[in-house]
Amino acid sequence: MGLKQNLHKLKEKYRGTKMAPAFNALHTFLYMPNETTHSGSHVRVVDDLKRTMNTVIMALVPCLIFGIFNAGYQHYAAIDGTLRLDPLANFFTWDNFALGALKVLPLVIISYGVGLLIEFIFAIINKHEVEEGYLVTGMLVPLIVPIDIPLWMLTVAVIFGVVIGKEVFGGTGMNILNPALTIRAFLFFAYPTWMSGDKVWVHGAKEMTGQPDAISGETILGSLAQNQEPIYSIWDSFWGFIPGSVGETSTFLILLGAAFLIYTKIGSWRIMLSAVIGALAMGLIFNGVVNAGWIQEGNTFYGLMSETFWHHLVIGGLAFGIVYMATDPVTGSQTNMGKWYYGFFIGFISVLIRVFNPAYPEGVMLAILLMNVFAPTIDHYVVQGNIKKRMKRLKAKTA
Amino acid sequence: MSKDIKIKKGLTIKLKGEAEKTISSAPRSRTFSIKPSDFHLIIPKMVLREGDKFQAGDTIFYSKSDESIKFVSPVSGTLAKIERGAKRVITNLLIEADTQDTYKDFGVLNPESSSADAIKARLLESGCWPFIMQRPYAVIANTEQEPKAIYVSANTTAPLANDVDFSLNGKEKELQAAVTALSKLTKGQLHVGIGKSGSSPFKGLKDITLHTVSGPHPAGNVGTLINKVQPVNKGEVVWTVAPQDLVIIGELLLTGKFNAERTVALSGSEVKAPKYYKTKIGSEVSTFLYDSGLNSENVRVISGDVLTGAKISPKGHLGYYSNTVTVIPEGDDYELFGWNKPVFDKISTSRALTFSWLMPSKVYDLDTNTNGEHRAFVMTGIYEEVFPLDMYPLQMLKACMVKDLDQMEAMGMYEVAPEDFALTEFVCVSKQPHQQIIRNGLDIMYKEIG
Repeated sequence: MGLKQNLHKLKEKYRGTKMAPAFNALHTFLYMPNETTHSGSHVRVVDDLKRTMNTVIMALVPCLIFGIFNAGYQHYAAIDGTLRLDPLANFFTWDNFALGALKVLPLVIISYGVGLLIEFIFAIINKHEVEEGYLVTGMLVPLIVPIDIPLWMLTVAVIFGVVIGKEVFGGTGMNILNPALTIRAFLFFAYPTWMSGDKVWVHGAKEMTGQPDAISGETILGSLAQNQEPIYSIWDSFWGFIPGSVGETSTFLILLGAAFLIYTKIGSWRIMLSAVIGALAMGLIFNGVVNAGWIQEGNTFYGLMSETFWHHLVIGGLAFGIVYMATDPVTGSQTNMGKWYYGFFIGFISVLIRVFNPAYPEGVMLAILLMNVFAPTIDHYVVQGNIKKRMKRLKAKTA
Repeated sequence: MSKDIKIKKGLTIKLKGEAEKTISSAPRSRTFSIKPSDFHLIIPKMVLREGDKFQAGDTIFYSKSDESIKFVSPVSGTLAKIERGAKRVITNLLIEADTQDTYKDFGVLNPESSSADAIKARLLESGCWPFIMQRPYAVIANTEQEPKAIYVSANTTAPLANDVDFSLNGKEKELQAAVTALSKLTKGQLHVGIGKSGSSPFKGLKDITLHTVSGPHPAGNVGTLINKVQPVNKGEVVWTVAPQDLVIIGELLLTGKFNAERTVALSGSEVKAPKYYKTKIGSEVSTFLYDSGLNSENVRVISGDVLTGAKISPKGHLGYYSNTVTVIPEGDDYELFGWNKPVFDKISTSRALTFSWLMPSKVYDLDTNTNGEHRAFVMTGIYEEVFPLDMYPLQMLKACMVKDLDQMEAMGMYEVAPEDFALTEFVCVSKQPHQQIIRNGLDIMYKEIG
């Protein structure tokens, strides 16, 4: 084992120097470190943060691969509509993959490259080890942006998101807002024309605007918001053969990811379940409003309000947000009781924003960011419940 | 009166090398050691000087803050050396033992007919007081406060720990004397928790309230017993005594001798023939370590169990309160792709390519590797699964880290000891030192409030 010894010697050589965190970050990817316990519990479980984050990444890989195929498929299908007649036969093709890879891989590389560079710089400045939080963020970011987003925009957004969203608070574990959503929110408010509308979800749509072979890349939510019948069926939406952000279209794969995260006990089933309940509840309320006749056809909100309540879970990015981003343990509620409230309101508010904000029909991003801010408050009241119980006990004793 | 307590949350860690249920006598140790650090927050005031001779039971030092709390020698011999560390803090008292013990005679005291004051005075002068711990703060009991109740947990659930049902078998007379005496020191009851199965030596005793505690570890922790019987409120004090220490107290009352004899479980995967040894407090562990034999050189010797014990050298001495010595492999080696490959031979509470959940009855051989680096708290919900007390462990740890005294007090800091957080430390993904955090938190409270 020459490599092991040599790396060990290098580690000892650079111990305490400025570059030590950078070296250790690479070293620990190859070898689990030789650190031993000193006090307290002398044995420890095998789980560490790297393994945890790695599990989430594994749950995301199917979405990424599907997203690559879908990027190509949406482009070619927009030009030649007959491809949509048999999506299954025309989806997993080399052409789709080649085009998709050409567009998606740069996003992945930029996301990881820029984000990890900042992590390394901050680790060196603050003299702590490089923490693993960005491994998941870096994977999420390319999956939640439109395919044609210019790389420089993504670079600026990643820098903003990592520095302002995370490092200013002290790095992984200390941040208030989900960094991936901070990045997306930055893009959304700084460059709205690149982040919404009907021309950004399919590669090439923007360039071809006005040309004879112009293509439409309307998403289902976009159509509904304009009270138009979407051209995709709910099954297309479930399998994911629809335009949208790179990796969030396939509800089926997201469900698989959710099952994997729950099975491995890495993702919180409480948050996922309560968010689904919240979304269904809001959907049912809107359906009820339409059925009661309070909202008529022709009303601005009619299209989205009348959508069958459970469709909300399948269309748009809600499922992706619930499974991969609402469950972020750092920015979410940290008490088991709090997770129920936190998740419920994410689902509830997502659908609410979706319906009442026609300019931007996907509400899950804002809903999660909003609940990120409220998560500590929810936890506070949950812990207060326990504290009150203790006070009552004390009173009963002294009385 | 007997009550059943059942806990669901927790984790029983099954480790290789459980001590076989036979008792051998360890050879007499040449030197003995007393480490003042075993007595948390006690500053020793020396009575003896280097070179002084003494009998077993003679006072070596007393507590600077309360002169009535005396610490006595477990054997007769000579004080060979007072070892000091930074700022001249005494780190170790080394005793060269006589070949045969002579005992100081404190006189017989019948606990049935003696008054509380007489018993208390006897415990103090004979050096038995340090066996009584108190909550809040998990320190040696304050001599001026009367406890609301006294708790003894005689239920072994910690991994590879001393099974007191076995090691205290036949000590019923001493235990009875001790519990009768201690029960006079409180207006409340003396609660004893025992395991569901087995023949606990406490079963037939009087003057106690017996509870059967079942469930995974930490069902055997005294903190769990207190929390389930009657949690400590602000302003209250409860005492806890370890069952093996009751034997020493009982023998002192019955015979007048401070007999520091311990039946120690020598366990762990690195011990060739793990079994029980009769020895004395503070003896060299090598006297029985090499009698059983070790499998390799690169080992961690722990005075205590793997969750709460202290690291000692193979040439070191048994801690003052320990009744277990565990020897496990050191994990000071790198493991290629240890963070992402599937793992079958280590314990995990997740299923992230770890498969210990498939084999609930498998016995593991864990080493001291942390299996990852220290990180900020990230994962949530994992501590609650192994924490049976009615409070929020993660929030408590964070309150301790930021030294928020009000929050610590409100969330139940008076009820806990560091050992209650041993399991959360074991399962911690961020490899945070939970017990140290709680200890520091308790110390700050003790300083500011206590």
